[in-house]
Amino acid sequence: MKKPTLNIAVTGLNAIDSPGPGVSVIRALREAASFNTRIIGLSYESLEPGIYMHDLVDRTYSIPYPTAGIDLLFERLQYIQEKEKLDVIIPNFDAELYPFIKLEHNLKTMGIHMFLPTLHQFEERNKVNLNDFGKKYGIKVPKSKVIYDLSTVHSLPSEFSFPMIVKGKFYDASIAYSIEQVKSYFNKISAKWGLPVIIQEFIHGTEFNVTGLGDGTGKTIAAVPMRKQYITDKGKAWGGISISDEKMLDMTRKFLRNTKWRGGFELELMKNKDGELYLLEINPRLPAWIYLAVGVGQNIPEVLVNLAMGHTVKPFTEYAVGKMFVRYSWDMIVDREEFEQISMYGEL
Amino acid sequence: MKLKKNVAVSESGLLFNPVTGESFSVNPIGVEILNFLREEKTDEQISEAILGKYNAEKQAFENDYQDFIGVLSHNNLIESHEETNA
Repeated sequence: MKKPTLNIAVTGLNAIDSPGPGVSVIRALREAASFNTRIIGLSYESLEPGIYMHDLVDRTYSIPYPTAGIDLLFERLQYIQEKEKLDVIIPNFDAELYPFIKLEHNLKTMGIHMFLPTLHQFEERNKVNLNDFGKKYGIKVPKSKVIYDLSTVHSLPSEFSFPMIVKGKFYDASIAYSIEQVKSYFNKISAKWGLPVIIQEFIHGTEFNVTGLGDGTGKTIAAVPMRKQYITDKGKAWGGISISDEKMLDMTRKFLRNTKWRGGFELELMKNKDGELYLLEINPRLPAWIYLAVGVGQNIPEVLVNLAMGHTVKPFTEYAVGKMFVRYSWDMIVDREEFEQISMYGEL
Repeated sequence: MKLKKNVAVSESGLLFNPVTGESFSVNPIGVEILNFLREEKTDEQISEAILGKYNAEKQAFENDYQDFIGVLSHNNLIESHEETNA
């Protein structure tokens, strides 16, 4: 049977030291067995490396930041749709998910499919609501508190012991060993990501991640756990290895069954010295290390596209354990004209 | 004493625990001991086999052996009693 060719737009082309997942997602889509692809990159900045990776990305369009509002994004996507006849969009940033979820219906009427969590799922898993999430679904989470202003910082030592984690609502986390550090991180993080800031109990242990895919009915379509082996100063995995931990897989299946999660996700987990697992965060999108899942036999982006297109998919039941990913950086040589094209005209 | 079933030991001496993702390296005698543990040999049988093959003092070997078992245990590579009895 002839494979269809799908026009798929992907964001998160910033393959930098704190990488977006876009380039890994595209590599996965290029290896899809069930369809061929024409890849349209959607970028926010002119120096996102994926824009210039012409063997992976056929054409790139800049799109407005989420802060510019949903209307502007929709207008831009209408323009792109006229030119590219997109079948699917895969948004890869937490911060852009809200506008894309809001636009899901409108985009569908234009022929663009997505496979995203519902707004309720998206809000419920927000780290601001992690305590309630843990209680509701019977999943162990570290104690956390949401703070909106510096005046409440002084009461923290009565509720948390040092060190404690200071987290931004979208990204960033720092370990604070004193009230002075909490204040300093509060100011830094709130200036960058806005309010509130989250204070979280520090769990001593080893960090693990699980990526996977839920079909929206509670079924686990894919799940691959990974241990970070090499971590950058920004806390990002620069190397990792697939593992086989039944407890982690059980927690993942429980998360999917109870929330009926729809779409890709990444669970950030901490295992303490007694072997207890804590759920630190749920990222409502595929992670930057998603290509490891492809490498171990679960092409999650491919299946996500098939679900978006309304096809029936078969859940993955196995993966290779002990496979590693080792990330690297690579200098591309780029003509100034290309930079000019994307910077001045928003297309390349 | 038994090495956990799922722990992989390569000929070169690289141990991989697939549950935690941790890797460790051991020397050739370490590999021999791990293979004995996998075969569920007793401490006495292992001591006898190593001392029969290498020129080592019994007491020195037994001290080192207990240290080695302690490290394996600490890193959750040895089956606990519950796991052994399960």
